[in-house]
Amino acid sequence: MSKSYFEILRPGINSTFQDLGRFNQHHIGIPLSGVMDKRNYLIGNKLVGNSNNISAIEFAYQGPILKIKSAKVIAAITGNVTFQILRANSNIEKGKCYETFELNDGDQIDIISTNKSVYGYFFINGGFEAETYWESFSINTRAKLGPNEGAKFSANQKLFIKNKENKFQKKRIEYISSKIEFIRVLKGTNFNYFSEEGKNNFFTKEFVVSKLTDRMGMRIEGPKIENIVETNIRSEGLIKGVIQVPGDGNPIIMLSDYGTIGGYPKIAIVISADHDRLTQLVPGSKIKFKSVELKEAENLFKLYEIETNNILNQIR
Amino acid sequence: MIKNITNLGDAALYCDFGNKIDQETNLNVIKYFKNLKELKIEGITNITPSYNKLIISFDLSIANYENLKDKIINLKFQNKESQSTNSIKVPVCINEEFSLDIKRLCEKLKMEHDQIYNYFFDKEYYCYMTGFIAGMPFLGDTKENIRLNRLETPRVKVPKGSIGITEQFCNIYTYESPGGWNIIGNTPVKVFDQSNQENPTLINPGDKVTFYKISKKEYQNYNE
Repeated sequence: MSKSYFEILRPGINSTFQDLGRFNQHHIGIPLSGVMDKRNYLIGNKLVGNSNNISAIEFAYQGPILKIKSAKVIAAITGNVTFQILRANSNIEKGKCYETFELNDGDQIDIISTNKSVYGYFFINGGFEAETYWESFSINTRAKLGPNEGAKFSANQKLFIKNKENKFQKKRIEYISSKIEFIRVLKGTNFNYFSEEGKNNFFTKEFVVSKLTDRMGMRIEGPKIENIVETNIRSEGLIKGVIQVPGDGNPIIMLSDYGTIGGYPKIAIVISADHDRLTQLVPGSKIKFKSVELKEAENLFKLYEIETNNILNQIR
Repeated sequence: MIKNITNLGDAALYCDFGNKIDQETNLNVIKYFKNLKELKIEGITNITPSYNKLIISFDLSIANYENLKDKIINLKFQNKESQSTNSIKVPVCINEEFSLDIKRLCEKLKMEHDQIYNYFFDKEYYCYMTGFIAGMPFLGDTKENIRLNRLETPRVKVPKGSIGITEQFCNIYTYESPGGWNIIGNTPVKVFDQSNQENPTLINPGDKVTFYKISKKEYQNYNE
């Protein structure tokens, strides 16, 4: 048993364990969960020498302050994140994302904020000790599922380290996630429930990301999308990226911790290639939707994958 | 049989079994669900049965809409059985503190308190699907004379264990959650348990469910 751990001096706003998610449990009401920004998760794991589906800490806006006890670990942070390392000898080092650093007994890492983005990730070589639920470390705080009794981290908690005792290697890449002009979508199964004006507004007007946005869903505000058929449908399955429009005409985009079943009409679905960038939009960001066809969406996903692999292949 | 397959986004199949909401349609959905689950087709990441739809989501780096649709259309089923033989009895306490909306029901349905409960308890229900929140069963059909719409303004917090009815359906809130169903009682039974990963849900699609009345005292002692 390893006795090495991180003590949480400040938990941050919404710090949880995440991985690639929980599969094949929709039929009992358990959503995929998992990281909001998959590419940043893959990059971080590769940097610290982990295989995938190892637990990482995901934080939103403000991350935790962690103090390491006894171990020596290789760590990395991905995203657009400001952080610093307070060494045991009182030296303060400014942190750099997308490169590995070492943490020794008594060091503290202070993850100050994410910049112009929502989520950031903290990785250590070997990951953290946690139980898996349906083969996943992901914590779903809305449904109280996963390790830590499905709760976000709190102050004074200990996060135990699965130490792999690997030799430290400096690894770094240059990566800045690209800005997007449009969120690209495919038309939804209830697209024709909406008025011509509503459909037109959806694709031509600007929407703003609301403060009522979390890991479960993103609410957006803009012109009302008028329904001319029926504001409720018979409840049916949901997936990440589905845009539902309830009776009030304000769209809701389902994100990783979505309810597995929903009864609002679906106007559109965000293409897989745009999920990462969508989830990083902070409240107040402006969104415009652009309609694409299925083939184009599939090709855009291939491009996204090639780009991801090119980045990962730079890490050696 | 599946009436129509379209795409739901770029990484899911949307299988429509027709407009009818009844056990026959739903048993068909469940038959597909069970068989697909057993076949473990590469790339499928989730299968979501509901009243009359089946959504099959997949990993776009492994599968795509056209090739998976072909596979689904040409499926040869091993297992023809879809009728579940499970029959579950769920205790319910209907004390005032738990039956949050019984007054509303009495008024709107113009029925006596006891009458409503007699109709509610005197029925075997069928589980159409499980979901929205983990383990929540969607059961039906309630007797026609106790059917009512949702609350005009949904509750921000429905207590865990609440039994709710709306339209021809009833359900059990496995967690405290927002909701708009008419609450008529509460069960002390654990309907979802994440520590039992093999069998976390008490009620699964296709199961039969009956409710029986317990006293406040029995409710309090139930988990001891």
